[in-house]
Amino acid sequence: MTGTSLDKPLTGPENRPMASVPPLAPERARQLAAEFGLKPDEYARALGILGRDPTLAELGIFSVMWSEHCSYKSSRVWLKELPTKAPWVLVGPGENAGVIEIGEGLAAVFKMESHNHPSFIEPYNGAATGVGGILRDVFTMGARPIANLNALRFGDPKLPKTRQVMDGVVRGIGGYGNCVGVPTVGGEVNFHPAYNGNPLVNAMTVGILKADRIFTAAATGLGNAVVYVGSKTGRDGIHGATMSSAEFSEDSEEKRPTVQIGDPFAEKLLIEACLELMATDAIVAIQDMGAAGLTSSGVEMAGKGGMGVELDMDHVPQREEGMSAYEMMLSESQERMLMVLKPGREALAESIFRKWELDFAVIGRLTDTGRIVIKHKGLVEADIPLAPLESEAPLYRRPTAETPKLPVIVTKDVADPVGLAAALKTLVASPDLCSRRWIWDQYDAQVGGQTAKRPGQADAAVVRIEDHVRALAMTTDCTPRYCQADPEAGGKQAVAEAWRNLTAVGALPRAITDNMNFGNPEKPEIMGQFASAVRGMAAACTALDFPVISGNVSLYNETEGKAILPTPAIGGVGVLEDVAQAVGLAMPQGADLVLIGETAGWLGQSLWLREIAGREEGAPPPVDLAAERRNGDFVRTEILAGRVGACHDCADGGLLVTVAEMCMASGVGARLTPTGDHGFWFGEDQSRYVLAVTDGAALLAAAKSAGVPALALGRSGGNTLEIPGGDAISVDELTAANEATLPELMRGT
Amino acid sequence: MKASIVVFPGTNRERDMAIALERTTGRKPTMLWHRDAELPAGTDLVVLPGGFSYGDYLRCGAMAAQSPIMAAVRAHAERGGLVLGVCNGFQMLTEAGLLPGALLQNASLRFLAMNCTMRVERADTAFTHHFQRGQTFQATMAHGDGNYFCDAETLKRLEGENLVALRYEGENPNGSLNAIAGILSPNLRVLGLMPHPENCVDPLVGGTDGLPMFTSLAESFAAA
Repeated sequence: MTGTSLDKPLTGPENRPMASVPPLAPERARQLAAEFGLKPDEYARALGILGRDPTLAELGIFSVMWSEHCSYKSSRVWLKELPTKAPWVLVGPGENAGVIEIGEGLAAVFKMESHNHPSFIEPYNGAATGVGGILRDVFTMGARPIANLNALRFGDPKLPKTRQVMDGVVRGIGGYGNCVGVPTVGGEVNFHPAYNGNPLVNAMTVGILKADRIFTAAATGLGNAVVYVGSKTGRDGIHGATMSSAEFSEDSEEKRPTVQIGDPFAEKLLIEACLELMATDAIVAIQDMGAAGLTSSGVEMAGKGGMGVELDMDHVPQREEGMSAYEMMLSESQERMLMVLKPGREALAESIFRKWELDFAVIGRLTDTGRIVIKHKGLVEADIPLAPLESEAPLYRRPTAETPKLPVIVTKDVADPVGLAAALKTLVASPDLCSRRWIWDQYDAQVGGQTAKRPGQADAAVVRIEDHVRALAMTTDCTPRYCQADPEAGGKQAVAEAWRNLTAVGALPRAITDNMNFGNPEKPEIMGQFASAVRGMAAACTALDFPVISGNVSLYNETEGKAILPTPAIGGVGVLEDVAQAVGLAMPQGADLVLIGETAGWLGQSLWLREIAGREEGAPPPVDLAAERRNGDFVRTEILAGRVGACHDCADGGLLVTVAEMCMASGVGARLTPTGDHGFWFGEDQSRYVLAVTDGAALLAAAKSAGVPALALGRSGGNTLEIPGGDAISVDELTAANEATLPELMRGT
Repeated sequence: MKASIVVFPGTNRERDMAIALERTTGRKPTMLWHRDAELPAGTDLVVLPGGFSYGDYLRCGAMAAQSPIMAAVRAHAERGGLVLGVCNGFQMLTEAGLLPGALLQNASLRFLAMNCTMRVERADTAFTHHFQRGQTFQATMAHGDGNYFCDAETLKRLEGENLVALRYEGENPNGSLNAIAGILSPNLRVLGLMPHPENCVDPLVGGTDGLPMFTSLAESFAAA
């Protein structure tokens, strides 16, 4: 059913106030509140706001709006510490996605969001709907999505469950992104047993719009139509996995899985229809229906605009019969949007959505009451004041416990059991360093025709903006083992590495989105990890002029009381004025190789220590933010001057792995000259880059005068990687080892 | 050259195709909606672009093949007009009966998005005369259902009448019979292929291996 106008008045007959459904009995209400996850004091506060017992729909609205997911009640006090402003930031956290200016009157919109729990329960649809949700956050702002990225963490790769989850997640991401026609251009994957029962699926979307055509959620205009567009509403996703649905169900129809099913075809139509309507002047405000569906979109639009809203559930397009107001308000059916239109624009909007074969229904009006009123079948199902729903939302400053500091581990603390060449061969084939080709080959990275650097070609993906030479660089980064060992150092490192990866392609890093994945915040050590990670991130954001413009928090990532590694995944975006300036990993023959940055031989938490010495120990490498900035600014200047043929940051695995990756990307060998021990070649000291240039002496001189540490590493050429001390490994052999791991692991899936 | 690109619900490579055509012909193609009943007067080339028309629900290209515009596309082909179907467009052409055979799911049962190498088997058509016969070139492929299949008789006819335009070189990425990547209609005016030459016309983005297909088309209508 898709009514185009409200054929029933929102007030009752003859404008008499409409009758309300009776509130729940007090005992029943209290019991349900607990089942819905409201704490006793939170429920008491809701009663105070209502001044009476709630109806079922009201209780549902309070419980989802005050859930951790929607209210950020445990994380808000800490998130406030993150810097969110810069002259180029147009929209910061709080909207569907953040927006930065990128020059030529253009703006970039981006955000990253988690879909962790659903992806474990149902990997394909969990991951697919994660992609769909983040795409909607971005095109809701008026942007055409131009790229997707994803940051994935899986359990022990040897476990059958890990293979099954990974196969489903990769198929789901591909199945959704490939169909909507947004290229999947980058991301990252880690494996660790801490994710065995709780994989992480963090999806990021980047979009482009004109800087003066940003759409937001703040609804204004008394009497303006509230319009529902997209797919129909079903019973999927109501109240998430914690609800004991048997308590409510009137029949077995309600015992459905809580994971939503994605329809990328509907999403594609929704993107095109919304962008077509956005090109007109019809829209006042727009909001996607994500978590908590119609409830959060209705509350947020009216609340942000300082208005009230009346919604009539009779007009909501429904996928099945007999749905209650409670079910419709809490459904998380996918591919739906809510918008407020200017007076008289309904027909224009409807014609566009009909053309794209989507549902379109006026389901309500803006009021000046400051209340959200939900009606269904002639009765008021809910009537809640909006201001206290937000202002009195719970906010917790939970107890924190600091992670104990771990000892520093350097070369002299651990012997080299295997030698450099053997360690290198093992490392390039290890799960955290092996080629991700098996994954990329299932993602369409080229659709749109603007992808200049695809996965594996450079430290960041580079996507040109259609009809421009300007391009965006984008990356996702986090090193969870560092965060576990020292959350503050790890938080700092995650931001610095994103900045470094953007710099390594020549881009000017501009802003980040953060996806904070942690365990149970009610445990002081977990809340302490969160607070410390934020502190480290904030320091890096400030030092690097790299503010947070959007983000998402996912807590309670635990299975049987065991938390994941703290994983503050960072999505970074930078700007290249000319796509032709971007550099990648592939070195030309006969180039001089130069290391930028200082090497102390830091082995604590390194992959060498874990994979070769079998120890997950020590303090992670510290990031000196002043050195980070100085080294990065120097590297970027060299790249933009056209003096760099290839560039790769030194990260996981250390210096020798970095050079090996450049060899594998280009099929070109290298002869390395410095003598060094395992700490020198495999230490994970930060703020370092390897550059391939035609004139190494000139680069060393420029670095010296800029006060930047630099070291001649040797020359590219031939087809073997020659390490001082006589070892030579063929690049083909390295590549074969690097490429074999994932296909072997995933054989038979 | 007057080119038109048909947009179906779920089409997603129409802009890639428009950019490639404009870059090589200097002229913006006309975008048509699948509900249109007619082609613009004087249309030389109709392109059915890549994507997921109707979400690939039912079968890839099956519902799009029933769209109102397809009658006009068929009439255009019957008049000897040029029709290019890429990826989902190739699937539509087989579903509409404008080309024989069908595109089955990839032999690996996975969506594959990677570069593939093709060998040019016909360099004497409006689509390919800027290639050399036997020349190999790279293009992006991005499909879950590109495994070309037809009955033995059809295959014999395609090969016998030399209607295989493009064949995968080296590894056969999707299990296609005789490594077929693209086929022609008997009058050589309809070409369907799975890979995406439109993503390979720019040195900065995807390389230029696909350019000869578009310069061939442009030259075929240089006067038009």
